[in-house]
Amino acid sequence: MHGIVGYGAYIPRNRIKVEEIAKVWGADAPSYKKGLMLEEKSVPSPDQDTITMSVEASKNALRRAKINPADIGAVYVGSESHPYAVKPSGTVLAEAIGATPDVHTADLEFACKAGTEGLFLVLGLVKAGEIKYGLAVGADTSQGAPGDALEYSAAAGAAAFIVGKENVLAETIETYSYTTDMPDFWRREYQYYPRHGGRFTGEPAYFKHIIGAAKGLMAKAKIKPIDLNYVIFHQPNGKFPLRVGEILGFRKEQILPGWLVSKLGNTYSGSSPLGLTATLDISKPGDMIMIVSYGSGAGSDGFIFKVTRRIQEARDLAPKTRDFLDKNKNYLEYGVYAKFRGKIRKAE
Amino acid sequence: MPTPSRAWREFPQRYRLEAGKCKKCGAVSFPPRLVCPVCGWREFTKTKLAENGKVLTYTIIRVPPHQFADQAPYAVAIVELSDGVKVTGQVVDCDFDKIKIGLRVKFEFRKMYSEGEAGVIYYGYKFVPA
Repeated sequence: MHGIVGYGAYIPRNRIKVEEIAKVWGADAPSYKKGLMLEEKSVPSPDQDTITMSVEASKNALRRAKINPADIGAVYVGSESHPYAVKPSGTVLAEAIGATPDVHTADLEFACKAGTEGLFLVLGLVKAGEIKYGLAVGADTSQGAPGDALEYSAAAGAAAFIVGKENVLAETIETYSYTTDMPDFWRREYQYYPRHGGRFTGEPAYFKHIIGAAKGLMAKAKIKPIDLNYVIFHQPNGKFPLRVGEILGFRKEQILPGWLVSKLGNTYSGSSPLGLTATLDISKPGDMIMIVSYGSGAGSDGFIFKVTRRIQEARDLAPKTRDFLDKNKNYLEYGVYAKFRGKIRKAE
Repeated sequence: MPTPSRAWREFPQRYRLEAGKCKKCGAVSFPPRLVCPVCGWREFTKTKLAENGKVLTYTIIRVPPHQFADQAPYAVAIVELSDGVKVTGQVVDCDFDKIKIGLRVKFEFRKMYSEGEAGVIYYGYKFVPA
């Protein structure tokens, strides 16, 4: 049996409301709130980035896994906001948790699915017996261009998973990936903000790939939507994951435990992974959970996990995802948010 | 501003609160030292400090060194960790009127500062309310 032996989340405490962004740009907040089902989003403090959030999420995963970090044989950080263009985030993370030097490390980038890519890789390495434990992290502090629709959703957060063969809390039942070439969202080298294809990011991009991956995954595992207790889809806004769930034949009760986006925003590489951590927080032994990510460019990684009895002792060993989301919030005005996110041009 | 090589030597203590425990008298030194300040011994074992503690005293820095200019004003505290070791660090994610002597705090991994837009980013420990 191989699967998740520990999971952890991290969400910064700062928030900005949709109304606060909309009033700066003269936009209509109620239409954004209704159209995208977004209320507020998380904002990193100036001293937080993909690396710092990855470390905190990974330490929470270690608390639940109760393993020696030196036994981790692979550390993968998936993000589209790695602090360095050249110099890995993974080395800082591996050093900070005490996994160095006997460890393989790589940074991954694939828009919003880089986090599940790491999970896909470590599950394969553990299953093959190449490593004892692997750590996969999805983390982002993404930026939307000021005034762009993305500014209402681009948020910050991290989720980490430690994979192994012993004492798993969620067993891997099946994995599947669905990938095509799709120019729906991109950021060129040296560009600060991404560009996107507007409505083109919907039907032929998000929906086609998630539906393709979910159907392929369920067919491979020989299961139907009714066999699954919970499902998590990538959450670029509130509407898309609910709509794709409806198309695939899932009820809202299966989706809502991992649906964090209305109060969190889109945490990119952390988005569906954070949904999985929130779902594991409330799951019971025997529950079947499906997660399907989406990364522009484009592809979806799908996983089906079966929760084991170990969840009962593991879940309380670290802070829960909904606690990060709902407690100790600090609301920012747009000016402070702009300063925190480096949007203000200063003298050198 | 330290060079990357000096900062690199400090990674174990700044990233993981790694201290030196004297092999002769057991005194814990943080940051680690070459010579035990208690007994003069030169051999140490590595030990990891606790990640929880309480504020012993604090101050608010309003006129910072230049590399911390963007962060001012900020709080710096002497924190007594639950293993008894006292360390100095910033207290963040906490309004100044909430910081009190005795406040329970915990370790959080944060950016300390960076060498402008092109230089090395230095990471390490800060404290947040527990």
